Amino acid sequence: MATLKLKDFRKSFGKVEVIKGVDLEIGHGEFVVFVGPSGCGKSTLLRMISGLEDITSGTLEIDGRVMNDLPPKDREVAMVFQTYAIFPHMTVRENMAFGLTIARASKQEKQQKVAEAARILQMEHLLDRHPSQLSGGQRQRVAIGRAIVRNPKVFLFDEPLSNLDAALRMDMRMEIGKLHEQLDATMVYVTHDQVEAMTLADKIVVLKDGRVMQVGTPMDLYHDPGNLFVAGFLGAPSMNFLQVDVQTVEGDDAKVGNAALKPINVAHKDRLNGSGKAILGVRPQHVEAAAPGEGMLLGTVEFAERLGSETVVDMVLKDDSKFIAAFNEDKVFEPGQTVDLVFDPAQAHLFAPSDEVETVH
Amino acid sequence: MALVSAENRGLRLAARYATLTLVALVFMFPLVFMVVSSFKPDQQLLSDTSSLRAFLPVGDISLDNYYAAFRRAPIGLFMLNSVFVTVTTVLLSILLCSLAAFSFVFLEWTGRNVLLTIILATLIIPFETIAVPLLLFVSKLPWLGMEGIAWGWLNTYRVQIIPWIVDALTVFLFVQFFKDLPRELIEAARVEGASWFMIYRKIVMPLSGPVLATAAILKSLKMYNEQYLWPLIVVQDEAHRPVMVGLGYFFQLQIAWGEVMAYLTLISVPVIGFYLLMQRAFISSIASTGVKG
Ligand SMILES: Nc1ncnc2c1ncn2[C@@H]1O[C@H](COP(=O)(O)OP(=O)(O)OP(=O)(O)O)[C@@H](O)[C@H]1O
Ligand SMILES: [Mg+2]
Repeated sequence: MATLKLKDFRKSFGKVEVIKGVDLEIGHGEFVVFVGPSGCGKSTLLRMISGLEDITSGTLEIDGRVMNDLPPKDREVAMVFQTYAIFPHMTVRENMAFGLTIARASKQEKQQKVAEAARILQMEHLLDRHPSQLSGGQRQRVAIGRAIVRNPKVFLFDEPLSNLDAALRMDMRMEIGKLHEQLDATMVYVTHDQVEAMTLADKIVVLKDGRVMQVGTPMDLYHDPGNLFVAGFLGAPSMNFLQVDVQTVEGDDAKVGNAALKPINVAHKDRLNGSGKAILGVRPQHVEAAAPGEGMLLGTVEFAERLGSETVVDMVLKDDSKFIAAFNEDKVFEPGQTVDLVFDPAQAHLFAPSDEVETVH
Repeated sequence: MALVSAENRGLRLAARYATLTLVALVFMFPLVFMVVSSFKPDQQLLSDTSSLRAFLPVGDISLDNYYAAFRRAPIGLFMLNSVFVTVTTVLLSILLCSLAAFSFVFLEWTGRNVLLTIILATLIIPFETIAVPLLLFVSKLPWLGMEGIAWGWLNTYRVQIIPWIVDALTVFLFVQFFKDLPRELIEAARVEGASWFMIYRKIVMPLSGPVLATAAILKSLKMYNEQYLWPLIVVQDEAHRPVMVGLGYFFQLQIAWGEVMAYLTLISVPVIGFYLLMQRAFISSIASTGVKG
C-alpha cells in the first residue's frame, strides 16, 4: 500500500512531447484506471511510474519519496503486461518466485509466498508446469501471481486482459476486483475497455494527447462529464451532441433549442462562452419515445439493432444531424418511420461549442 | 487428393528418395575417397582415380599410411593444439560477443549505434589485409606470465586465441537474436528487481539456445578447419602448431598422397564427432538463420 503523486509529469521522445504535464494524486489502496484513446500516453505514463521509461521533467513520489532517478528495481512496484511477459524457460513456480530469487530470499520464504499467491489465484495445481502448457488466462494469472508474491507498494497493470477472450476477460476482471479488495493494495490500471474501467475503478483518469481531461469516480464522470471529450468517451453508444442556439440565460439555466429541438431549459454550469451557440449532450439511454406530436425531438429511423434487452436506434433529426436512442426494451422499428422523442433536461449536459465534437464522434 | 493412387504416391516417394540419395552421395564422395585412399599405397591410389575403384576399399589395403603419418608428424600434439585453441576461443567468443551484443541491444549509451555500425563494417575486411599489421602488433605485446613480463606473443596459444575471440559475425548473430526477444520479458525482469547482469544470466542467455548453437558451430568450424595463414606466420615452433599448418609436413619435395589422406582422415575425427554431437542443434540453427523462429 502506498500513495502516489505525479507532479507536472512530462515525457518527450526526442522532440515529440507525448506526456504534456500530468498532475495526479493516488491514495492508499486506491484502484485508479487510466483510459483514453490509443496513443494518448497511458502506457507511457505507467512505464514512467515503473521506471522503465525515464521522466523528462516533473516529479514522481511514492509514499512521499521522490523516485525519479531510481531504477525500476528500487521502486517496489510490480507490473503486469498485456503480453503476460512470463519467462518461458521457467516453471510457474520459478516465475512467481523470480523476484524473491533475485532478492536472495530464503527457500522457505519463497515456498510460503508462492503457495499463498497460488492459493489466492487458485492455481496450486499449475505450479510445476511450463508457460507453454498454460492457456492465456492461466498465463496472465501467473503474471499476476508474480506481482503478488513480491508484495509491492504499487501494482501497475497495462491492459492485462486485452489478449483474453470475452468470457475469460469477465472472469479475470472480477478476480482482479476481488484481489484488490483482498490485498488492499494501490493499483494503477490501464485499459481500453470501458466496462473494466467503470467496474474496477475507484477513480478514473481520462487522458487525451498526453493530458488529463478529467479525474473522478466512474459515476461522477458518467453523470457529470466536465467536458465534451469525457462526455463522448465514456458510455456506449456514446453521447449524442446537438448543436444548439442559446436563446436566454436565467440564473443557472439556459434556454436552448434548434431547428430540430423544441426549446428547453438546461443547467449551463458556467460553461457558455457567450457566442450564442452551445452543444447539448444527451445520452442515448436517457431518451424515451413519446406519443405522436408530444416529443421534444422528431427522429426518422435509419436502422435499428435489437439486442433483446435493449434496442439501439440510429436516427436522423429534422436538421439532418444524427441521433442515437437506446430503449431498454425490445421494440420493432422500421426504417423511415418517425419517432417522437423526449428526455429529461436535468440529465442533459451543456458544453461550449468547440471543434472537439469532430474528434469525439 | 483421393484420385492420386497409392502406386503413384509410392513412385513419387521413390523419386524423392532417389534424388536425396544422389545429393547425399555427391557430398559424400570426397569424404569416402579420402578415407578409402588413406588405406592404399600411393601408386594404387593414383591409378584408381581413373575409375570407380577410387571409392572402394579394394586392392592392397593396409594401415601403412597411418604408421608413416605418425612417424612424420606429431599428429596427436597438433590435434590437441587445435582442439584447445578452438574450444577456448569458442567459449570466450560466446561470452564476450554475447555481452557486447547485450549491451548494444538492451543498454542505452550514446554512440552505441555508431560503434555497432563500425563493428559490422569490419565484416567486409578480409583477414589477409590485416594479417601483417596484426603480426607486427602481436609480436610486441606484453604478457604477464609466471616469470614476469614477457614481450611478444609469437609461438604461443594466446596469439592463436585472443585475436579471434571477438568477431563481427558472432556479435551480429547475437544482436539479431536479442533484438527479436520480447522486450517485455526484459522489462518484467527489471521491474522484478533484476540487475542487468542478472537479466543477462537468468533471462537472456537461457533463452538463447539457438543462437548459442549457431555461434558455437560457425566459430568452431572456422577455428578448427580454416585456421591456416595466421598460425603459419605467428607460430614457428612445433609445440603450438595446429592441424592445418601440420598438413605442410606432408607436402614436402615428394608428396605422399596416402599419408595426406591418412592425416586428413585423422584430423576429421573431432569435426565429425562434434557434428554428430551437435547434429540437431546444427540443423535447427541453419534452419533458423533463414526462417525467423
Ligand atoms: N519509445 C518510443 N519512442 C517514440 N515514441 C513513442 C515511444 N513509445 C511511445 N511513443 C509514442 O508516445 C505516444 C503514447 O504512446 P503510449 O504507448 O503511451 O500510448 P497508449 O495510450 O498506451 O496507447 P495504446 O492504447 O494504443 O496502448 C504515442 O504517440 C507513441 O507513438
Ligand atoms: Mg498502451
